[in-house]
Amino acid sequence: MSGKITFILNNEKVESNGKPSDRLLDVLRNEFELTGVKCGCKEGECGACSVLIDGVLANSCVVALGSIHNCHVTTIEGYSKTKRFEVLSKAYANFSAVQCGFCIPGMVLASEALLSHNPHPTEAEIREGISGNLCRCTGYNAIVHAIQKAAEEGNGLW
Amino acid sequence: MDLINQSVKKWDHDPKISGAAKYVDDLRIKDMVHGKILRSTIASGTIKEIRIPTLPEGYLIVDQHDIPGKNNVHIVDDDSPCYSDGTVNFVGEAILMVVGEDMKVLDKILSEIVVVYEEHTPVLDMMKSDVIFYQYGYTKGDPDQAFQEADQILDETFTTGYQEHIYMEVQGMIGFYKDGKSTVRGSMQCPYYVHSAVKMVMGLPDQQVQIIQDEMGGAFGGKEDYPSILGAQVAVAAKKAGRPVKCVLDRREDITCTSKRHPATMHYRAAIKDKKITAIDAYAVYDCGAFTTLSKVVLQRGLIGATGVYTFDNIRVNGKGVRTNTTPNGAFRGFGGPQTFFAIEMFMNHIARAIGKDPFELKQQYLSKKGDITATNGLYHFDIPFPEMIEKLFKESGYPEKYQQYKHQTGRTRKGIGLSLTYHGCGFTGAGERDLIKGVVRLKKNYNDTVEILTAGTDMGQGLKTAFVKIVAQTLGVPMHQIIIANPDTDRVPNSGPTAASRSLMVVGKLLERAAVKLKDIWVSEEEQEVEEHYVHPEFTIPWDTENFQGDPYPDNSWSANVVEVEIDTLTGVADIVGAWGVYDVGTPVDKMIVIGQMEGGLLQAVGYGSMELMDANNKGVIRNNSLSDYIIPTAMDVPVLKTDVINNPYVVGPFGGKGAGELPAVGGAPAYVAAMESALGIDLHHTPFSQEDTLKALEAMKK
Repeated sequence: MSGKITFILNNEKVESNGKPSDRLLDVLRNEFELTGVKCGCKEGECGACSVLIDGVLANSCVVALGSIHNCHVTTIEGYSKTKRFEVLSKAYANFSAVQCGFCIPGMVLASEALLSHNPHPTEAEIREGISGNLCRCTGYNAIVHAIQKAAEEGNGLW
Repeated sequence: MDLINQSVKKWDHDPKISGAAKYVDDLRIKDMVHGKILRSTIASGTIKEIRIPTLPEGYLIVDQHDIPGKNNVHIVDDDSPCYSDGTVNFVGEAILMVVGEDMKVLDKILSEIVVVYEEHTPVLDMMKSDVIFYQYGYTKGDPDQAFQEADQILDETFTTGYQEHIYMEVQGMIGFYKDGKSTVRGSMQCPYYVHSAVKMVMGLPDQQVQIIQDEMGGAFGGKEDYPSILGAQVAVAAKKAGRPVKCVLDRREDITCTSKRHPATMHYRAAIKDKKITAIDAYAVYDCGAFTTLSKVVLQRGLIGATGVYTFDNIRVNGKGVRTNTTPNGAFRGFGGPQTFFAIEMFMNHIARAIGKDPFELKQQYLSKKGDITATNGLYHFDIPFPEMIEKLFKESGYPEKYQQYKHQTGRTRKGIGLSLTYHGCGFTGAGERDLIKGVVRLKKNYNDTVEILTAGTDMGQGLKTAFVKIVAQTLGVPMHQIIIANPDTDRVPNSGPTAASRSLMVVGKLLERAAVKLKDIWVSEEEQEVEEHYVHPEFTIPWDTENFQGDPYPDNSWSANVVEVEIDTLTGVADIVGAWGVYDVGTPVDKMIVIGQMEGGLLQAVGYGSMELMDANNKGVIRNNSLSDYIIPTAMDVPVLKTDVINNPYVVGPFGGKGAGELPAVGGAPAYVAAMESALGIDLHHTPFSQEDTLKALEAMKK
């Protein structure tokens, strides 16, 4: 055994050269060049570095590489190839919900994490579902409306 | 004309949502190394000695001795140093940069460097500063006589706190140096500001400096001045290293050392005779921090707005910007306005209660209208659509009924509702556009009949690219996909001015509209053509006299009416925001959805400024809330009902009737929030942000 950490990254089995204590965020950005994973604070507050780990939303800046051995990690680069992403992207576009865009990859993954557990959320549930992801541009309305619309349009996808 | 406000898919939607867009920290460049900055840990002192450990091979130190030109970063004035000149003037001032390949090694070197200071006593309280950077004043009518004849004089002091931008993407730049040419790229609002700064620090002529803007993860004014400093720092580092140097700040570092909204202390007096306001006398002090950066113009805008949206016969306004040993403050959406507008809005509420009137009725009585003489003896040239806006706002929010209903509450939970009326002057103050900026735009038509927009305008999320493309496409009568717009590169684009002051759509958009009309006139298919347009000052304005603050400071204003409703728990002091409503006049909205996005985002920021965004320094001048764990901004749950609307009031001089929009919603949120707290608590309040702790203190004081 090499002692290296292996995991499934965007549906592909990979092996990292990193140490178990490395931040997953740094590994994804630097080693795998997945720069859609953004760094906003490095302390688990802003959600810009959100990824899905076995389908659950996580701030990759506070996840140690060693803890994801054999897990499925999905970043925006992988998720953007899915049908669900297409629906979300179209809905976000409909409400001009992308302003500076820095929080958006994380916000889209938060949308997915929410809809995959609750395909028809109420507005309050959407607000709660994205409350770990800070956006300083939009005031959140456009994003909330986009998720509502995606839930309607993507009926059956989630 | 109606076509212009129909929303389209945002120009940069796809690359941003898919994660493909490259922000500065995402760029991988051959041979690039990293830079990390050693910063002052004290607020005031002289550096006696810097002990540097033995550096590993390939690592180097960059400091003031490596600067080829002047150690002065040009912003408005030139007092900001690039690297410390041997003194330190605030906690976070850049002393030197360590450059090398591995970030962990850089951190280790930084931790081993010892700086020996001779400490001086810092000035941390703006009211105790005796260094005045700027001072201005103006008078309208005869305030002295009005105060002499008054039968009542009200006298109050208002304070406003810091506000930190929290753009989601921290500041970052990459410097290059090759064949005697400095290139700097990264996150910035104003490429030509960075250009002039790098030119002076590097001692290079115009054509030897190139600045490129990369995708920008938010700015809100925070990337107007600071990129000139960081840009100059990486330019110097790249020359010394002989390799590209990237410096991206850490979030805590960013909060500690980059500009914020100026804290202010404002003293207001009102002369009352026969229950009428006969004069207002205002005195404002703005805390500039250690260097001047943009304080001159921030203070000017604050003072111009000191009497708000009201017309009084007699006014005296004075103010100063003072130096303290704190982080230099700069531009933040609203640019000096949110401070004085907070003061006048609260003061009007208090005056109303003091003379037994309803606050809204009193405000209505003095509301400015077309033809009125402004505070600076200019003229309101255009319709001020407050009646229509207020009607809409009241219908949505239920303000008048709720305001009555929420009087004299006694239970554990109490509701409150507050109103604010504000404006934001569109574009640069005074003759800045004509005398300083002199904006130029170009349209370049290619063989294949595509047309490229060439301006220095930057898209920080506000939708500038989409708006510019719409204006040009629609004026030319061609489909939008025929238009090309890239992030500006000073080697390619003319200086159309900074992306600031809510000027881009109104001023640069207008130049583009004119350029497109010109191009349409000479259009020959399948031929390369180019047109250029230069700024022309609107003729109708009363010339602005900067010395005496007289005339029209802005060609027109954008107007806003805001309501916030709260519910407080008197046991815990927690205030839940029930809703926030805003109605705005930004001329004809060029893309309604984008404008609404600006209004919603701005209003939420402004409610944050009024309520939860607390920032303070300790008695050593160290900012205590320098992380997103300690500096709290609103989440999606904090304002569950956030409703904004715009009215259609075409501005005759703007492109398709549009005028300034971006900053407007940042002005009125805090006074509306604090007015709502006044309504819930039944007392007069004088500062923002008004926190949970403040609520508990107020409740405690009421018991006594």
